[in-house]
Amino acid sequence: MDEQAKTMRHWRWEKDGDNIVWLYADNGDASTNVLSSVVLDELNAALDQIQGHSPRGLVILSAKENGFIAGADVKEFVPLKDEHEARGLIERGQRVFDRIEALPFPVVAAIHGFCLGGGMELALACHYRIADDDPSTKLGLPEVKLGLHPGFGGTVRLPPLIGAPAAMDMILTGRSVSARAAKKMGLVNYAVPSRQMTFAARQTILKPPPRAKATGWKAWTNHGLVRPLLAAYLRRQTAQKAPQEHYPAPYAVIDMWDRYGGDPKALLAEEARSLARMVLNDTARNLIKLFFLQERIKGLGRKKGYAPTRVHVVGAGVMGGDIAAWCAMQGLTVTLQDRRHENIAKVIKRAAGLYHKILKEPRAVTAALDRLIPDIPGHGVGRADVIIEAIFEDVEAKHKLFREIEPKAKADALIATNTSSIPLQVLGKALKTPSRLVGLHFFNPVSKMQLVEIVSGPDTDAEVAQRAAAFAKHISRLPVPVKSAPGFLVNRVLMPYLMEAVILETEGVPASVIDDAALKFGMPMGPIHLADTVGLDICKSVADILSKSLGGEVPKRLEQLVSTGNLGVKSGRGFYNYKDGKPERSKPDAGYAPPADLTDRLMFRMFNECVACLREGIVEDADLLDGGVIFGTGFAPFRGGPINYIRAQGVAAMRSRLMQLEARYGQRFREDEGWASL
Amino acid sequence: MAQAKKSKSNDMRAVYVVDGARSPFLKAKGKPGPFSAANLAVGAARPLVARQPFEPDAFDEVILGCVMPGPDEANIARVVALRLGCGKRVPAWTVQRNCASGMQALDNAMQNIATGRSDLVLAGGVESMSHAPVLLTLPMVGWLADFNKAKSFGAKAGAVAKLKLSYLQPVIGLLRGLTDPVVGLSMGQTAENLAYRFKISRTQMDEFAVRSHHNLANALDNGWLSEIEALYDTHGNVYAEDDGLRRDSSVEKLAKLAPVFDRPFGTVTAGNSAQVTDGAAMLILASEDAVKKHQLPVLGRLVDCQWAGLEPAQMGLGPAHAMAPLLQRHDLKPGNVDYWEINEAFAVQVLACVEAWKDADYCKNELDSPGAIGEIDMTRLNVDGGGVSLGHPVGASGARIVLHVLKTLERTNTHRGMASLCIGGGQGGAMLVARD
Repeated sequence: MDEQAKTMRHWRWEKDGDNIVWLYADNGDASTNVLSSVVLDELNAALDQIQGHSPRGLVILSAKENGFIAGADVKEFVPLKDEHEARGLIERGQRVFDRIEALPFPVVAAIHGFCLGGGMELALACHYRIADDDPSTKLGLPEVKLGLHPGFGGTVRLPPLIGAPAAMDMILTGRSVSARAAKKMGLVNYAVPSRQMTFAARQTILKPPPRAKATGWKAWTNHGLVRPLLAAYLRRQTAQKAPQEHYPAPYAVIDMWDRYGGDPKALLAEEARSLARMVLNDTARNLIKLFFLQERIKGLGRKKGYAPTRVHVVGAGVMGGDIAAWCAMQGLTVTLQDRRHENIAKVIKRAAGLYHKILKEPRAVTAALDRLIPDIPGHGVGRADVIIEAIFEDVEAKHKLFREIEPKAKADALIATNTSSIPLQVLGKALKTPSRLVGLHFFNPVSKMQLVEIVSGPDTDAEVAQRAAAFAKHISRLPVPVKSAPGFLVNRVLMPYLMEAVILETEGVPASVIDDAALKFGMPMGPIHLADTVGLDICKSVADILSKSLGGEVPKRLEQLVSTGNLGVKSGRGFYNYKDGKPERSKPDAGYAPPADLTDRLMFRMFNECVACLREGIVEDADLLDGGVIFGTGFAPFRGGPINYIRAQGVAAMRSRLMQLEARYGQRFREDEGWASL
Repeated sequence: MAQAKKSKSNDMRAVYVVDGARSPFLKAKGKPGPFSAANLAVGAARPLVARQPFEPDAFDEVILGCVMPGPDEANIARVVALRLGCGKRVPAWTVQRNCASGMQALDNAMQNIATGRSDLVLAGGVESMSHAPVLLTLPMVGWLADFNKAKSFGAKAGAVAKLKLSYLQPVIGLLRGLTDPVVGLSMGQTAENLAYRFKISRTQMDEFAVRSHHNLANALDNGWLSEIEALYDTHGNVYAEDDGLRRDSSVEKLAKLAPVFDRPFGTVTAGNSAQVTDGAAMLILASEDAVKKHQLPVLGRLVDCQWAGLEPAQMGLGPAHAMAPLLQRHDLKPGNVDYWEINEAFAVQVLACVEAWKDADYCKNELDSPGAIGEIDMTRLNVDGGGVSLGHPVGASGARIVLHVLKTLERTNTHRGMASLCIGGGQGGAMLVARD
């Protein structure tokens, strides 16, 4: 034991009566295990010690409650400057894992909780994998979500183990699987209850079964004749989700597997070379930055001892209903108030669909539905820790509601509004204590959009806003504090962009061409399609409100569509015609050339508004603005957010492009004063 | 035989009903309805529990009456308690006394509160009759066991050869449940016995049935069924009202229906019998201590409960037998009761109970009464409909009628109510309630 204590902070091992060594990952500096280079070096040293004892077998497991190993230490990628240096770091990890694979005695990974990225690759290097079948166990290779791909042999070891289709699906999508799914696909040898983990690991070493590998048709998927066909198919599939120019990592994985899939040694070397390139490109840099930004935003919701259990939502429309359904899925007891049974019935139906999709397990679905309690008389108000108003956007109606709610609410209950357009100071007038009112502005669809704007009016108590942020974090959403100014952050920066799209469409640019330009930039949905999806009536009302306070004009075309009842997806017709909820996109005539400044016109309207928001202090700083816009609109994440993008492109160059636009199109491209101080 | 025990047990604590709710009663339409029994009970109890000033884990126990829980609902009370968020430390148990299971649950809750074992109890009844299990015959079960034992292909083939077509005939649990296993009569046939014995005509039955529908329609239109909590399925549908109601019911229309049980000459039809229905009714019972501790409103008081046994072939007279000793024990005459809920399993069976109490011989011979007990005021009986119009989910009805008679006392600002029902197998149950 002395030899351990002297050298190791992150690992410890012990030998049992069967001469089996149990090696625990136990990060000395944090509650989560990550594979930093120090941790990898120590692992190497531990293997030296263990091999000296010639054990009968080795079990690698985690001493942390939350899981096995969460992955490589992303922080170490940030300072990397050149490919050579990056490759050195990667190859050092590869060597340790190769060494584990080559050990002359059986090696078992005993996995609970998360086993991701480098942690998963360590498990793959072991001879056997045993997973705790608890729902918290998650195995996956999520590197692609950071613009990277596995680098410690994951792309080499996974396809032969479970067959190329399943392996590529895991690597290319980054999705993780449960222990049971992992057992079914052959990723782990056993999925057992936690009470059997130790026994299962010991038995596996005492009587080692044959090592697992893909058999039958799955084995053939790695054959040299099959790989090119499958690779072509995978490239096509990937192209539908992530264009190569923005997301090179998945394509690199497909290419190297296609080329070197038959030669593990060559593939391993290429994996390191390729990852070293990826680590340095902008996509990965921006996505890694975003990862840390996300952690920072989560931290904004940190509040010790705050554990709300009951939520009361008033208004069972699309937003209110989805907020209620989401909260119930997150384990809170939710009462949902509305005047009409029919509205609540629709929410229950949507909730059931969401729960089936996400929770899957029927008992969990039932439990979540049981927590979502229809409450027409509004009995839940008095018991709720959080009360969220989500009725239609009418000041009078909201005032009336708040006057009813306030006397019934618990003294420490959070009173929140989901308004997207009415200033908090206006709504707060109905309250005896206006400082209690805070905005919790969710985005549609609640289950996909992670952002919640935490809106503070001039009266809002700072502690109340802090509690609202903590509530958002409690329900796994990202809280970004914003000032109560028209449109807050997200709607305000989105609206000029949508309006410019409408102007372009009015000028005769086909809707599908406008949308394609935005998609090409990296937006998740084109602006015209987005306007149709949100509802043109809602767009118009938000645009009306914003143009009143911020100037600008609402395009006539929008008014005309709304007045003739063409409201977008919900009415079956807006800018597009909709069939089964999908737009009918007409192709422009051959030889049609879109305006050269199409993308600039769309994006610079948004950029200019972002700069204005930053200058006005709508959000605290540029990073939070970038995070808010990405998590609230889906703004091209690989560009790291609008302000990050402006700075990366060069502020001066961007300003001159904006000035050109102003020269061509006038006032609406007038540069905000904020550009000067970027 | 049930004797009128004189012990009014003055050392017992008072038992209060603080609140209650029920699901709409949904008519079974041939195939399984939208809600399992547990879903019905959770659906009714969830808003009830949500509007209380205490947390669901404050209950001392949860007691539920249910005749035929589904295969995934063993001890359904525990399933419901956990789903309601009562937590692991609140015990729960299920009781079964056929058609009176819901009342049995209230009686048990009442006893435990009266004796000081419990202070706060969630009790009620539930039945999803449309989900009643369909079973395999015993020979089929035996064959399956043999088939599973057969290892080789030949042995399996041999087993298959032994399968008889008759084995595949399913056993309809609901029909078996509605047949007396001792005397072999269906419940409807026991009702025919009463029609014969008390000379109650088809027209009288049909008139009573029409009255039931009209009373229910009237109550609904006046908002007197406020105890109903809407149910929502996962397909976007809402169920807010009892759906067995026929507003256009008339004696002429009912006269066209054929008898169901004594074909072709009988008088009991689907139209003058209780509907086969899914539903749940849940009440919160509390001791004085609990009322004070949580500052609970009081809807009324459960005063006393009585059970009686009688000839299974006459089971419909159960209420006459159970209510008589209850009145006697509390020195009451029928005229002292403000409102009556006698569950309408069959129109004829309620009418027969009324007739029995007017019959001096019957009262002397069967009910140990010196003479006729007296007349029940028909204008105070089942004033807001009953089993014929809103259905009789067997496990739930006993709780429903106790809750509703209390609601009627509240609405009319009167003081004493009686809820009673007949029980398949030859029993009666009755509960005396009061609003002080």
